[in-house]
Amino acid sequence: MKTVLYGLMAASMFASSTATPVEAGSEDVVVEDAWARASIGVNRPGVAYMTIRNTGDEAVILTGLRTDLAMMPDIHQTSTNADGVSSMAPAGEIEIAPGESVSLEPGGLHAMLMRLQRPMAKGESFSLTLDFSDGGEIVVEVPILGIAARGPES
Amino acid sequence: MTRRSILKYAFAGIAAIVLTLVVGWWQVDGPGAPEQAGLRPVALSEMEFRLTDHEGNEVGPENLIGSPSMVFFGFTYCPDVCPTTLSDISGWLDDLGEEAEGMNVVFITVDPERDTVEAMAEYVGYFHPSIRGWTGPEEEIARAAQGFRARYGRVPTEGGDYTMNHTASVFLFDAKGRFSTMIDYHEPREFAVPKIRRALNRETGGQHEN
Ligand SMILES: [Cu+2]
Repeated sequence: MKTVLYGLMAASMFASSTATPVEAGSEDVVVEDAWARASIGVNRPGVAYMTIRNTGDEAVILTGLRTDLAMMPDIHQTSTNADGVSSMAPAGEIEIAPGESVSLEPGGLHAMLMRLQRPMAKGESFSLTLDFSDGGEIVVEVPILGIAARGPES
Repeated sequence: MTRRSILKYAFAGIAAIVLTLVVGWWQVDGPGAPEQAGLRPVALSEMEFRLTDHEGNEVGPENLIGSPSMVFFGFTYCPDVCPTTLSDISGWLDDLGEEAEGMNVVFITVDPERDTVEAMAEYVGYFHPSIRGWTGPEEEIARAAQGFRARYGRVPTEGGDYTMNHTASVFLFDAKGRFSTMIDYHEPREFAVPKIRRALNRETGGQHEN
């Protein structure tokens, strides 16, 4: 399954309701190859992956995630130390330089979907909103693949 | 509340979480943990632990002697590393096909509190049918990890839940139960499959024990 998802550009409601100036930036962000793993029930955290590309000429900063699927979505970083021990921790804000892209992929950065509100069923999809520091947002429709999926095409 | 003050609170919250994670890491896996780094797993014949497989059978290291084995540690509430390792292993087994038939492939949980026999059964069912899931009392998991020189620790997360840090390498043993080698997390498939093949074909120097 070849999926290329375009971020749906949404003029930010936040931006218009606060004093934060809207600058060019997040409009130039494109999200590709988004996918998620199905969950077993709602007790285990879900996970989603994607590539976030900044096609513009200024840096953008991804500040957070929102979705009605999970009460606590957050970007996490998995790291494996020299002893082979893996751990994960919140990644904080993620800056994407002009022309660069950041990959959320197994074993690295991931969208961690804590407190699932419903099971993630294979074959369905959910929408995930990416918030940027300029007040812009991108809504991505993320297809849910099997638990054993390894990438956007499997 | 203005957006700015919301952000301020969010930052304070993130800082608190990071601190908690760092403290947890220090205690369980960091310099505060017993030194085990760089050690190889002992032979399966030297290990001692009693666990239960995902079908409710009592199992121990002796079940892994007689055929080559592939063992790794993880937990089913692990969103990223563990399903990735399980699907990697499933892919390696598919690549090896008949060659890997009879190989013991075992996933030992480091989170027995949540990973009951039933939880393990449901979880391993999504991956290659050769993969077995073992769980048991915390002390027995600790004894198993000790033998494999695997490390793990519990770390609190946002919202009062917890996650587990754990050794993500896959351990390979020959049919005699002697440690062969390990496959590190992130190791490309073109290295992993030959390593498994080596454990499968390793000259055992005598007849199999089963
Ligand atoms: Cu995570």
